[in-house]
Amino acid sequence: MSWEIVIGLETHAQLRTKSKIFSGSSIAFGAEPNVQANAVDIALPGVLPVLNREAVVCAIKFGLAVGAKIAPRSIFARKNYFYPDLPKGYQISQFETPVVSGGGLTIRVGSGDTATEKFVRLTRAHLEEDAGKSLHEDFHGRTGIDLNRAGTPLLEIVTEPDMRSSAEAVAYAKALHALVQWIGICDGNMQEGSFRCDANVSVRRPGEALGTRREIKNLNSFRFMQQAIDFEVQWQINEIEEGRAIRQATVLFDPDSGETRSMRSKEDAHDYRYFPDPDLLPLEITADWIDQVKSGLPELPQAMKARFESDYGLSSYDAAALTTTRATAEFFEDTTAATGKGNGKLCANWVTGELAAHLNKTDMPIEASPVSAAQLAGVIRRIADNTISNKIARDVFEALWSGEGKDVDAVIEAKGWKQITDTGAIEALVDEVLAANQKSVEEYRAGKEKAFNALVGQAMKATKGKANPQQVTDLLKKKLGA
Amino acid sequence: MINASLKQLSSALAAKKLSAVEMAAIFLDRIEKFNPALNAFITTDREKTLIQARAADEARRVGSGGTAISPLCGIPLAHKDIFCTRGWRTTCGSKILANFVSPYDANVVEKLAAAGMVTLGKLNMDEFAMGSSNESSYFGPVKNPWDVSCVPGGSSGGSAAAIAARLTPAATGTDTGGSIRQPAALCGLTGLKPTYGVVSRYGMVAFASSLDQAGPMAKSAEDCALLLSAMAGFDTRDSTSLERTPEDYGRDLDKPLAGLRIGLPKEFFGEGMDADVRAAVETALTEYRKLGATTVDVRLPNSALSVPAYYVIAPAEASSNLSRFDGVRYGHRAAEYADLAEMYSRSRAQGFGAEVKRRILIGTYVLSHGYYDAYYLQAQKIRRLIAADFVAAFKECDVIMGPTSPSVAFAFGAKSADPVQMYLSDIYTISTNLAGLPGMSLPCGFGNTQLANPMPVGLQIIGNWFGEAKMLNVAHQYQKATDWHTQMPEVAK
Repeated sequence: MSWEIVIGLETHAQLRTKSKIFSGSSIAFGAEPNVQANAVDIALPGVLPVLNREAVVCAIKFGLAVGAKIAPRSIFARKNYFYPDLPKGYQISQFETPVVSGGGLTIRVGSGDTATEKFVRLTRAHLEEDAGKSLHEDFHGRTGIDLNRAGTPLLEIVTEPDMRSSAEAVAYAKALHALVQWIGICDGNMQEGSFRCDANVSVRRPGEALGTRREIKNLNSFRFMQQAIDFEVQWQINEIEEGRAIRQATVLFDPDSGETRSMRSKEDAHDYRYFPDPDLLPLEITADWIDQVKSGLPELPQAMKARFESDYGLSSYDAAALTTTRATAEFFEDTTAATGKGNGKLCANWVTGELAAHLNKTDMPIEASPVSAAQLAGVIRRIADNTISNKIARDVFEALWSGEGKDVDAVIEAKGWKQITDTGAIEALVDEVLAANQKSVEEYRAGKEKAFNALVGQAMKATKGKANPQQVTDLLKKKLGA
Repeated sequence: MINASLKQLSSALAAKKLSAVEMAAIFLDRIEKFNPALNAFITTDREKTLIQARAADEARRVGSGGTAISPLCGIPLAHKDIFCTRGWRTTCGSKILANFVSPYDANVVEKLAAAGMVTLGKLNMDEFAMGSSNESSYFGPVKNPWDVSCVPGGSSGGSAAAIAARLTPAATGTDTGGSIRQPAALCGLTGLKPTYGVVSRYGMVAFASSLDQAGPMAKSAEDCALLLSAMAGFDTRDSTSLERTPEDYGRDLDKPLAGLRIGLPKEFFGEGMDADVRAAVETALTEYRKLGATTVDVRLPNSALSVPAYYVIAPAEASSNLSRFDGVRYGHRAAEYADLAEMYSRSRAQGFGAEVKRRILIGTYVLSHGYYDAYYLQAQKIRRLIAADFVAAFKECDVIMGPTSPSVAFAFGAKSADPVQMYLSDIYTISTNLAGLPGMSLPCGFGNTQLANPMPVGLQIIGNWFGEAKMLNVAHQYQKATDWHTQMPEVAK
């Protein structure tokens, strides 16, 4: 009998504001410990929080991007617990009334033509402040506290338990990761902790009620997420199959062993004693404010994907690939704009093919591509007007990538790669090839189609690939009376 | 000089009859002489005070470049030790902050300093403002200058005792459930708790955020009006501070009271009030009728619920507000501990006194899972009912009057064994905080007259929201017609 895996994700996205959510301190990463912590951040007696409007704008943007409901009135609550890197002894968060509720994300699972789409529902997204950092390693048996991060604005995004495999969970996390960067509310830097996921995992027999879940904390890479969930699922299945019940717990993933380990069970869970923070007024968001934010929102990936399909006749797969990041989509649109709409498919092939392959090989974001959209457009224009063949185009691209040349036409000129389109020259060439390859001619005439291709190959070889392959083919056919 | 009003002190400074330095020295000398017996001050620093006084003299000499010099410039005052003061320690009456020196000034401190007022020191108080007798201070109880065997009231007991003994002309206080009004009543002073949000809470150590409000304490309504005008105002650093046009709270002081409707809530005149208090309050009401006011009976049917509701909400907020005192970043930390949990528990067990611990426990309990709905949410509902009672009452009257406290100052130890008896000292003042309304107390006679030391009785005036100027007018007219507010204990004579 099979098992069904049930996964829900909670993601903390650090918001790209200039200052903290309740104080004026900077949130820039990498500063010396405690230099970005003012009186409010270190919770001196008497200080009070003041909400950063920019953080709210980020939440509204997110709510709009996922088609969620944005609460006209939401409440900040205190989550009370003691920890040395939590200066106030409570975290200001939202509990009963989050700023964003509902909505969802369409994810693509699998690759190529076998990929399927799925809608993952969001439960809520709420604003809260981050804690500081406890530094256990550097102080020889003592713990250092860095409060630079304390008060950094976070949007905690919670899904319904809609995912049914680690692949779906990763696809969702990637889609969310792309979206928050797309709308500019999070830099997505997982190494620096700007985007962190917790996975709630349980298993059940299909059709049965939800199983007991365990929460895997702080997954800071997609690869670890996949490994952690896969391990956890197998562990839970083994436990149940061996007759042991799963107990609700919080677990940590150890990337070195590839295992999840229990951190604390439900029994020692905190009672956070949530209550509305009396220092802050209810957060009120008017329809006007939402409209204003909406007007500044970029075209969203789903909408853009649909437009790419209809405007450029792209496949769903290509359109999805081109809308994985806003920078990719912009690169594609810039390239297409410079080459004409009719070349959309060709541009798509180049961006998702040659360019993507080069970027992958060097682990480079498209923003840093040495070949600009304008340059790629130059290459594509020369393919389209038959100046160069696809094969030569790859050489031109390589020259641009390596920095050997900058101007596409200059490269073609300098290398003598211009396609031979002079009918007379090609005819002479074809005659030579026919004369030199009588055997192939005879074979072709005897009905061997392959021999024809060999002749085309010989002709192309003789011109170092510069002859227009279509012209060569046409001429050969004419001469052979085909 | 020590009995002079703020206006008179201001004139004396303006006329150069004496300098701010000389004026400060007069009070510093009195503090030195009388404070050991009264224990009203926790911290004084003559040098720091004189530096401020010299700056005030300089400001009066050179002027402030076009803008008018505040009438308060050069006048000394003292701050309740709940306000953060840069360079002076701010203890909040607690061991846990016994050595805490704030790197910043509270908004109220900033504003009064900007007006040129000179700080005489930091005043004793119940620990974290939790108390009605000043017996919970880590720095020892404050004595009532009218009778040193009696409490001065609390939590702003140091403020009240210091003014009553003329160790300072005025002081700041804070009022969460009566902490300005009750000690003002017990020490024969005038004190005002403004509408919630009128004075910024920034830099005031939080007890119960939704109830705390700072206000002035002085010898008269006129003095309070001057001080409040300097203390009040919108502050971007306090989200609950209200954005309103600045007011001169003394603008209506001289308006006659003819036609004034005084609401008398039946619930404030029932059982539980001592006869001497009742007699003094009734006499005051007779005086008001003479001044042209009429009295009407009003109802505050839910006021009996105010004490229980308050003792859910205030401890709940306090339990969370006081979590930051954990010994990690500042304040008392236990000398020995085995692990993190023990560092917290020992530091806090050693750092907090019994009353503070009691309220942290109550607050933690009422916010706990499974109890939150039954206690905290219910208390918040009662709070709305209490506010609605006042809305209805103010349809029939302009101000509400009654006693400030059910009794005059009581002896040390009289109520400290029974917290509930202590909590009931604030039975007439608490509903005002729950509703966010302004309230004040002014002296209206004496009680306990059979004994050697007659003790002051306070008359409470509750105003409508933002009715401070009206309340001050009502109080000032009474003080023009009577002399209760000019009475002083032996030590001041």
